[in-house]
Amino acid sequence: MSAPASSTQGAQDAAVLRVHELVAGYVKGMPIVKGASLQVGAGELVAIIGPNGAGKSTLMKAIAGLVTAESGQIALRSASLLGLSPDQIMRAGLGFVPQTGNVFATLTIHENLRVGGYLLGAELTQRLERAYTMFPALAAKRRDKARTLSGGQRQMLAIARALMTDPSVLMLDEPSAGLAPMMVQEVFESLHRLSRQGVSVLMVEQNAKGALQHSDRAYILVEGGNHLEGPAQALLHDPAVGAAFLGQGRRREAA
Amino acid sequence: MILQALVDGVFTGAIISLGAIGLSLTLQIMRFANFAHAEFMTLGGYLALAIVWMIGPGSPTLGLTFGWQLLVAALLASALAGLMAWGLDLLVFRPLRRQGAASLVLVFAAFGAALVLRHVLVLIWGHESYFYTRELQMGVMIMPGMRVMPDQVFILALAVLLMVVLHLFLTFHRTGIAMRAMAESPALSQVCGIRVDSVMRTTWIISGFMAAMAGVFSALTPQLHPELGSNMLLSVFAAAIFGGVGSLPGAVLGGLLVGISENLFLLVADPGYKPAMPFLLLLAVLCLRPQGLLGERSS
Repeated sequence: MSAPASSTQGAQDAAVLRVHELVAGYVKGMPIVKGASLQVGAGELVAIIGPNGAGKSTLMKAIAGLVTAESGQIALRSASLLGLSPDQIMRAGLGFVPQTGNVFATLTIHENLRVGGYLLGAELTQRLERAYTMFPALAAKRRDKARTLSGGQRQMLAIARALMTDPSVLMLDEPSAGLAPMMVQEVFESLHRLSRQGVSVLMVEQNAKGALQHSDRAYILVEGGNHLEGPAQALLHDPAVGAAFLGQGRRREAA
Repeated sequence: MILQALVDGVFTGAIISLGAIGLSLTLQIMRFANFAHAEFMTLGGYLALAIVWMIGPGSPTLGLTFGWQLLVAALLASALAGLMAWGLDLLVFRPLRRQGAASLVLVFAAFGAALVLRHVLVLIWGHESYFYTRELQMGVMIMPGMRVMPDQVFILALAVLLMVVLHLFLTFHRTGIAMRAMAESPALSQVCGIRVDSVMRTTWIISGFMAAMAGVFSALTPQLHPELGSNMLLSVFAAAIFGGVGSLPGAVLGGLLVGISENLFLLVADPGYKPAMPFLLLLAVLCLRPQGLLGERSS
């Protein structure tokens, strides 16, 4: 049922992040990601959706270097990320917001952003100001511990932190997980806005419908491999996708 | 009597605090209990002794039993001990970490390293006690029932200075903040571009330095012997856990409380029971407040 859409062809030329036939897992010889491929073009918002256990989070961790890739290719612009340590990958220009523990709870908002800008030199001050302009709610609480933030504010801080280094690609693992419905909408909208400002965004989402509504393109991952891919709107209205992945008919909203 | 015990408690407490700070940092960042930590106190004491033999303790100044030379020896010895603590990591702990060793394996490796370190010191210097200087010092009566020695005041002032400098470093310096970030989440720190190895190196050097300063202070009041560190190991552990692992003010407070209670305990009990005191404190804290007095939970 694999149906590579022709629209990905255009993205391939300008791809910022390219993953090809990636095999990765926690235990060698027992891969969870089994030959997944994807591309993210400049300023594109791309979603990865799929059932639980499809290997979506593992795929992200492998790109970020937190899980070792056994074979395949990962390239950011034209530089290979394969075999690099997470800190080297971040230096190469990737921003990553993990699903859980994505802020330092015992550090203040300001310290979180400073750690996000750990790699920066003189431009740190100006980037901190930019982060506070982008997320005014954080500016008001800059001296508070991140632990005191609400779920939505935490997610904002995690995104602001990851943007400190001006990454080529911003990767987010389930940015809507655990948020109130109104906040989910707000997070998706701010990611959409970021992508329109030229930031390439790749996100994994359990909330498939919400993700598709706000993305440019999407990949559906099943059992560690590409199942379907194409423009988000097309997938959203595809009856086969609706029945199998969007829980249409029997309501199955992700937490 | 009680007043004197309190004052003595503050002085020993300051020394225990310095030891506890380093232990607390390594506990949080390396994620194992480094039982070799106390040996760096002993090591610092002997390294300073070696330097004092070369340059002399200096002539007594400002009522102290020593001159600026001893201060230089203490700082130099502590810097060396810090580097050696990092060297121990490169030699023993890092290879184990690379193999994915469980933290219990690291704990036992630390026990082994502690024995080796202590006995190398015994091989070189023997079992006897040493003094940095032959000068004798009388306590100065501050108020009735309370005597203080100038050396103790000097030690307390220097200990406080070191704690303040470290606190400022951890609060404002880029590397200090990175250390606190690593203490909470190594994975997220790496995602921020922090190199784990470089943060660990800084942590080892700081904790070795602090331990060695504590060792020199302890040797100064009054003597240096191979069991100096291991005798304080329990007190230092109790202080680190008492105050809350990972909290610098906690380690300082823990050290003071352990020092004071040990000294107060001597008023009512035979000195033979002194080693039991840290244990009792530890038990009480772990039952009532497992995260320690100033410790915080991350979520």
